Parts: sequence; C-alpha cells; structure tokens
Amino acid sequence: MTQELLAKAKGATDDRARTMIVDCDIHPAYTSQAEMLSYLPLRWRQHVQEFGLFSANPLMGALPYPRMNHGMRRDSYPAAGGPPASDLAFLQEQLLDAHGIEYGILQPLSPGHLMSNTALGVALCAGTNDWQIDKWTGPEPRLKGSLSVMQEDAQASVTEIQARANDRRFVQVAISPRTLEPAGRQRYWPIYEAAAHYDLPVAMHSAAFGSRANTGSGWASFYIEEHFAFSHAAQTALVSMIFEGVFDAFPHLKVVLVEGGFAWFPAMVWRLDREWERHRREVPHLKRRPSEYIRDHVWLTTQPVEEPPLSSQLDDILRWVGMDRLLFSTDYPHWDFDHPDYAFRLPLSPGDRALLLRENAVKLFRLDGASVERRGA
Amino acid sequence: MKDAPPRDTAAISGLIDADIHPRNPQRHDLAPHASAYWAEMFEYRSIDRLEMMSQPQSIGLNQHAEGAQANATPQDIARLHLDPQGISAGILNVMSGAHAAYDPYLAAALCEATNRWLAADWLGQDSRLHAAALVPFVNPDAAVQEINRLAPDRRFVSVLTPLMGEKPLGRREYWPIYRAMTEHGFALAIHPGSIYRHAPTQSGFLSYRVEEAALAPQAFASQLASLVAEGVFTEFPDLRVVLLDSGLSWLPALMWRMTKDWKGIRLEVPWIKEAPSDIITRHVRMGTQAADLPQDADQIARVLGQFDAANMLIHASDFPRPHATGAGVPDWLPQPLHAAVARDTARATFVRLEGLE
Amino acid sequence: MTDHVVCALSELPPGKAKRVMIGTRAIAVFNVDGKLSAIADRCPHEGASLSQGQVGGVIVSDRPGEYRVRTDMKMVRCPWHGWEFDMDTGKSWCDPARMKTRSFGVKICPGATLEEGSYSLEVFSVSLQDEYVVVTV
Repeated sequence: MTQELLAKAKGATDDRARTMIVDCDIHPAYTSQAEMLSYLPLRWRQHVQEFGLFSANPLMGALPYPRMNHGMRRDSYPAAGGPPASDLAFLQEQLLDAHGIEYGILQPLSPGHLMSNTALGVALCAGTNDWQIDKWTGPEPRLKGSLSVMQEDAQASVTEIQARANDRRFVQVAISPRTLEPAGRQRYWPIYEAAAHYDLPVAMHSAAFGSRANTGSGWASFYIEEHFAFSHAAQTALVSMIFEGVFDAFPHLKVVLVEGGFAWFPAMVWRLDREWERHRREVPHLKRRPSEYIRDHVWLTTQPVEEPPLSSQLDDILRWVGMDRLLFSTDYPHWDFDHPDYAFRLPLSPGDRALLLRENAVKLFRLDGASVERRGA
Repeated sequence: MKDAPPRDTAAISGLIDADIHPRNPQRHDLAPHASAYWAEMFEYRSIDRLEMMSQPQSIGLNQHAEGAQANATPQDIARLHLDPQGISAGILNVMSGAHAAYDPYLAAALCEATNRWLAADWLGQDSRLHAAALVPFVNPDAAVQEINRLAPDRRFVSVLTPLMGEKPLGRREYWPIYRAMTEHGFALAIHPGSIYRHAPTQSGFLSYRVEEAALAPQAFASQLASLVAEGVFTEFPDLRVVLLDSGLSWLPALMWRMTKDWKGIRLEVPWIKEAPSDIITRHVRMGTQAADLPQDADQIARVLGQFDAANMLIHASDFPRPHATGAGVPDWLPQPLHAAVARDTARATFVRLEGLE
Repeated sequence: MTDHVVCALSELPPGKAKRVMIGTRAIAVFNVDGKLSAIADRCPHEGASLSQGQVGGVIVSDRPGEYRVRTDMKMVRCPWHGWEFDMDTGKSWCDPARMKTRSFGVKICPGATLEEGSYSLEVFSVSLQDEYVVVTV
C-alpha cells in the first residue's frame, strides 16, 4: 500500500471501536476423535471404530493437499492442549474478545457431509449439532451454530431441521457445496423447502473433500490450485440452483456462499445474464434473469479477501458485488485468517464498514431478535 | 454492450481473427489423408461423425443463419466473414471429435488426417487462412511427431486443445508437447469444450448447456492455475497461451487470489519466482468474444483496467456461431485498444504469422 | 538511538523467538543458531505477531520439481498467511521493496558491561554474571 492509502486506512480503522463485528466463519474443532465419537449413538460409535469414516477420499484423516503450517494460524494452539479452536476459553480470548466480536457463526465442517454411508453421515451431523450446543453455543451466547445436515439424504435433513429449527442457537443450515449431484437438483429441494420455511439461510462452505475431481480436467496437483478451486464449488451450486428453478420454487430461500472470496462474483453474474440470453429457450422455466435471482437470494462471506494491486479495484469489486450482500468472516483458526481491521485494503466509509462487518449479518441471521418469518413453502 | 460508442474499425488494417470454426471433417474428408489401415477402419467402424457433445455444430444454438453452408468451404467463410470484415488473417480452429478419441493411435490418426485436410482443402484455397494444429494429447509422443511434421508449414500457427481434457494442462506428461511447440513457435489455444473424461464440475454433470457455458471460466481458471503451478511457464518461457471464447472479466480474480496465496504457499512450488499475476500477464492472451462485462462504458473501462488489456486481448470472433462478433473488433472495446486487439497482440503471440501485410 | 536491554540471553536460546516491548513498540527478537536479529513484531500484511512465526529455511528452486534449502540464511514465516520475512532486513521474500517490516540492531552484552553505558532497562534488573540481549531503537 502507498503511504497515502495507509494513512486513509488508518483513519478508517479509527471507527473500529464503534463497530461491533459479526464473524460469519469460525471453525470449532473437536478436541479429539473420541470427543466426536462421544456424540454418536453406540451403534455408530462401534461402526466407526470397526470401519472408519469411509468416504471417497484418498487418505484417512488427512487433507489430500497438505497445507503449510498444518493449515492453521500458528498462534492458535490452545495452551491447554488440543487442536486450534477446540478450547472455548482460548477462542473467547483470542478471537471474540480480542476483536470485539458480538456474534460468531460457527461453521463446524462436520465429517457427516462427506460420508459415503449416508446413514452414518446423518448421525455425524446430528452429533455435530448436539456438540455445538454443549460445547459452544450453550456456554457462549455470542456463538451461533450451523445446523449441519447430510445433504445427500434430504428427508433425514428435513427431520433434523424440523427438530432444531426453533432453537435460535442455530442461525443457518449447513450443507457441503460439493454435493454428489449439482445442488439445484430436485433431490435436494426438501432441504431448501424446510430452510426457507423456518427462514434459515442455507450456508455452503468451501469443502476440502469431495468425490468429484476438483477441475473439469481431473485433479489438480497442488494446494495453490486447489485453494482457488474452492470457489468453483460455490459457483457450481449457485448456477445449478438458478437454472434448476430452486429460487422460483422457494422464493424466500436465502443462500450464503462461505469462504470462496468474492472477486469472482461480478464476472460470474455478468456471464450468467449473457449466457441466459443466448440459451433462454433451453430453460424456459426460468421466470427472471439470473442476476435478479441472485439479487434476492444470495450472500457471500468475504474471506479470503482478494488483494488487487490498487485499492480502487477492490472498491469496484465490492460495489459490483453489492455492499449489502457481503458478510465479514475471519475463517479462524485457519491459516488464511482475515483481520477485521486490515483485511480490506482500502478506505471504507463508516456506513459501508458497518454493513460489511455487522449489519448485513445481523439482518440476514436475525441476530437482533427479529421474529421468525414462517413461510408456507 | 448497449451504451458503447459507435465503432470505427475502418482505420484498422491487417485485422486478425483468432477464432474461426470450419465445419468438422468427416470420413470422406479424412480417409484420403489417412493410412490404408485407418482409411479402412474409418469406413469399417463408422468413424465418421466427429462432433463433440460439448461443442456441437449441428444444433440450432450454434448455427449461423445460413446453417451448415456458412462454413462448409473456404469460399463460404470468405464470402460471409473474411471479405465483409476485411480480415487479413484468420485462424481455423477445428473443435471436432478428433480431440475426444480414447484410443491413442486413433487419436493420432484423426489429428494428423485433420491437419492434412486443413492444409489441402482450406489453407491452400485462401492465403488469408491459417490454422491451429490438432495433436493427440492422449498420445504425447505422437503429438510431438505431428508438431515436428507441421513445423515447416507456417500456415499452422497454434496447437488447439479443448478446455477440459484428461488431465490438467500443466502436467509433466504434456511437457514434450510444449517443448516441441516452443521450439517451433506454436502458441497453445484453449477453446471451450470437454471430452467428458471428468464431470465438468465438482458436483458432477450439469443438466443444461447454459450451466456448462456459464461455468466455463472455472475450467479456464483451473487450467491457468495448473500451467502456472506446475511450472510450465518456468520451463518454457516462450510459450504463449490463448484462451478463446473464454470471457475475460473472470481473470483478475484468479490473478489476485493466486498471487496472494503464492506469497504464503510458494514453498510448495518454489520454482514460481515471481507473482503469478505477472506470469499470467506475460504468457496468457484472451479472445475478445464473448466478453462478460457490465453495461456502461465507464464500468467496462474499470474492468479492462484490472489487467493488461492492451497486451492481453486478441480479436477472436467465434464465427460462425450466432453470437460471433459482428464487424471488426467488438463495440465495447475502447478506441485506444483497437489496433492492439485487432492486430498487434495477435502478431506478437502467433509468432508463426510472420510476413503478413 | 538508544540501546535497550530487553531480556537475558538465557531467555532467548537458539531456535527461539521472543516478543519484547520497548515503550509501545513490539519487537520480535530471534536467535537462530546463536545469531540474533530483531524486527518489528507486527506483520505489515494483516498484523500478526511475527515472533509467533516459524523460522525456516529459504526454499529455492532452479526447475520445477527441484528443491533446495539455502544454508546461508533463514526467514521467519508469518504465523497466519506464511509470508516470509528476512529477519536481518525486515524485507519480505515476495515483495521486498514494498512489503517489509522495520529491522533493528541487536547485540549480546555481558551484564558486567551494562553498568558502563547508557542503557534503557526494559523489564528487569541486571546480573553481572549473565549475558543480555540489547536492541537499538
């Protein structure tokens, strides 16, 4: 950054004392596999001990693309032991208190989403939900949970949503964007119907695991390729949901694309409208332009914030995406953490800063206690 | 774009069009250029209709108003496209089933026969026409042989590959191809299309063509990421890559993210010694058709300011598709970029195009 | 320029780093194989504490697939995004001209010598028998 810009950014951050923050992407961790298993019924606990967490991935219990520094902030290991973000007290100290976070949305990345055995996946997701209440959102009301569901079994997902939707410690439904079929397919519609009914946004967080190659030409070789390709899963889900008619079927559905960055988004929207013009007779069931569905239904979290060479370029991107659909997120405790004061390398007006860091999320997740809007589906 | 100022392309001489599609050759076109064995097999095994599912010519979506007659012969393309647009050099890109063969020897035979057919029936008929060579990426040894065979014929200026193939394009298995290409000055052209070895997305196959078209930029982004990360441009500093029908506004997001990530995870790929955005700027060019842009000229200028548009854009019409660019360079292009996009950048990229008027 | 006694050398054994405060200024002091260096602790990117970073070899490559670890120097990798900084100059590996943190002079002084000069003692009393880390700001 130039000195001038630094000075401006410094001026902008003077407002930070007055801006409370909602962090829309925090990754709580199990202290151990034993802790995770303790949230499974005996039948599934024994199953996992005997057969493992079987999924379409090359390695047991390890990332297929090894990351630098174990993929973690190196300063995030709790003194009490255990992996990063497995200790509430340290998370409170290092994240919530240190940054003035009013609310933090948990993205627990349940292993349930990727199980080949869907019944096991359903049980794991239910366990992740119980665990969020016991360990995190119960003891710490600043933390809000994600209602994890095994998206490949839509009926079980609906059951799980119905059982917990009135528990306001959960503020969204979480599914993997790396669905077995494109996310707009009708097999997933019951999930969207239930989420829309309870006015719970559906969050799709970038996933390191999936059964399909991460590029259309097969598997990438390096993490530096894989990392950007996370945004591609979100793009696929978004495009499929639009063209399969999800947003026509569920006009109150809200979708949050988490941890894919956002600089790709304006070009995607321009392209969607252009290609829709060219192909519109192929999808006559669409009632509106793609950009119109996006305007009403889609939000994005900000991390990892892109860093173009000029701050004006980031400003253009923010405005093209829309200041009202971006949700600040840190991705704590992962290595590519974004700091609320320094991630946006441009001067922001106090109003825009408030929207990004707090207001959009408060409104979307009804964190101000706004009443539940029950929807007929 | 609706609010763009009127074009003034009359001033540009030497217009180059980097993306013109002739019809796909069929058995009777290829048999005369194939070995006795393959000529018989083309007949005996009905190897005839070579039309990619992902890039069909026969469907209404992709057809010119004059139908199959728009690109049946060099004369058709001259009458409908080269003459009216004042094109001095056009590059023929055959997006045929030759790219999709599983049998590595059939793939080699189809590619070679297609190149011989192009040379005999097209390039020899109109001196403005040039072509991308087809080479079998499933058989790199044969691909190298074919590149070496074509090297003396400077009417072949590039090597064409569909966007989604068997492996990411940066893989070392393909390096002998890039070595031969750079020795002889061939550019690498990448055009939308998948041979469906893999689903085009991380969630499998899509329902509609519109979805695949909308998501093509993620495949382009992944291929560029692969070429950069694997070190292809480190190993072959002269290689130039031309993305056709790719859109262009998606590129900065890839450049920014890859550069940001590189600062922390370059340890994984230490042969990348400069910012990926600089590598991409030096090695990658994009066709102008079709562009995904905002509506008004000021906003378009802001998009074009996100990358080195003056040196990275090449006029590419996608003729005879109905969405092909009309007269000359596209109307959203700011006047100061016209000469570079219409001619100069293409000349610097397709270095085998030397000697043009 | 003032010399500041920031800690006993025994608190900064080889392989360790330490964040010290001189006034309101946070400084990361490193001991790499007995060689000391000091840079501003705050990463100029997003503000992480560089003293928490891993000190590692500088990885270089002549060709894809070939890896070498430079033996003549090490760098600290930011504990968040992994950006590497030269602990002697404060310059980053990836953008040395623009992305850099301040570096400071640092030396080891025997406790016995500290009584003679004009030093600012930051946090403790000095024992004549020990050695101390002195940062010049």
